[in-house]
Amino acid sequence: MKARVTVTLKTGVLDPQGKAIEGALRSLGVTGVASVRQGKVFDIEIEGSDKAKAEAALKAAADKLLANTVIENYRVEVLG
Amino acid sequence: MKSAVLVFPGINRERDMARTLKIISGQEPAMVWHTETELPKGTDLAVIPGGFSYGDYLRCGAIAARSPVMDAVRSFAAKGGLVLAVCNGFQIACEAGLLPGVLMRNARLKFICRDVYLRVERSDTPFTRGYNAGQVIRVPSAHGEGNYIADVETIARLEGEGRVLFRYSAPDGKLNADFNFNGATNAIAGIVNDKGNVLGMMPHPENHVEAAIGCTDGRGLFAGLADHLARAA
Repeated sequence: MKARVTVTLKTGVLDPQGKAIEGALRSLGVTGVASVRQGKVFDIEIEGSDKAKAEAALKAAADKLLANTVIENYRVEVLG
Repeated sequence: MKSAVLVFPGINRERDMARTLKIISGQEPAMVWHTETELPKGTDLAVIPGGFSYGDYLRCGAIAARSPVMDAVRSFAAKGGLVLAVCNGFQIACEAGLLPGVLMRNARLKFICRDVYLRVERSDTPFTRGYNAGQVIRVPSAHGEGNYIADVETIARLEGEGRVLFRYSAPDGKLNADFNFNGATNAIAGIVNDKGNVLGMMPHPENHVEAAIGCTDGRGLFAGLADHLARAA
């Protein structure tokens, strides 16, 4: 099964990289961008076809390693 | 002073650290590979050195923080053992939950490699007894992710409990945004855990201990630790 974990910075956490990208977009003439926050996407292949088990494994992966929950939130999706 | 220097793939400051420990204490430190599950018997000081463990992949220090040897460091620290974590070591200690907060990308996004000034906030700790409170020391800094942040309650607790040991300052000790080069909250350069036995700091005191280098301001930290351990023995 294909799955995806998306890690994003929590609201209020300063994101200097996002700010730099925001500035670069502005200087490229891309209009209408109010703000940019940078995050990470992990595409993960899961063994077997048990969706509940897959979600539990992905959640464990995110809690243990993929996200630092002091500053980041994560979202887990089993894409099937 | 029996010290143990942890070694992770991608670390590159472990030999500077070992050299300094040898110069100050006269004793060769044990080099401990990341797959070890115990620190050598009788270790007084565990050191997590700087570098780029695992190429800074995922987040700085994230992968090293989950290695087997860190369980040994956690139980060593829980029993009151002294832990010194420098630069990437500070990032690893935060990721491992030994210290609160996170080291984020420097505010101006640049990797900054130069000498910086640190104001020593207090002298009554094993790590800073070699200095006077308010003293300013010059030490090298070399990092891209040293911008210390934590939630408002954590910062308030660190400040309230006097757990900030080093702050980026001007050479005269005044706090000034120009000298807080990485944008750290409250110009925080180094903090201790709630028990005061784990220090994490971004700059490299181990690189300023020999007169031939031109500055020995880092000596006080290691000499202070050796003195503390000699008295405790």
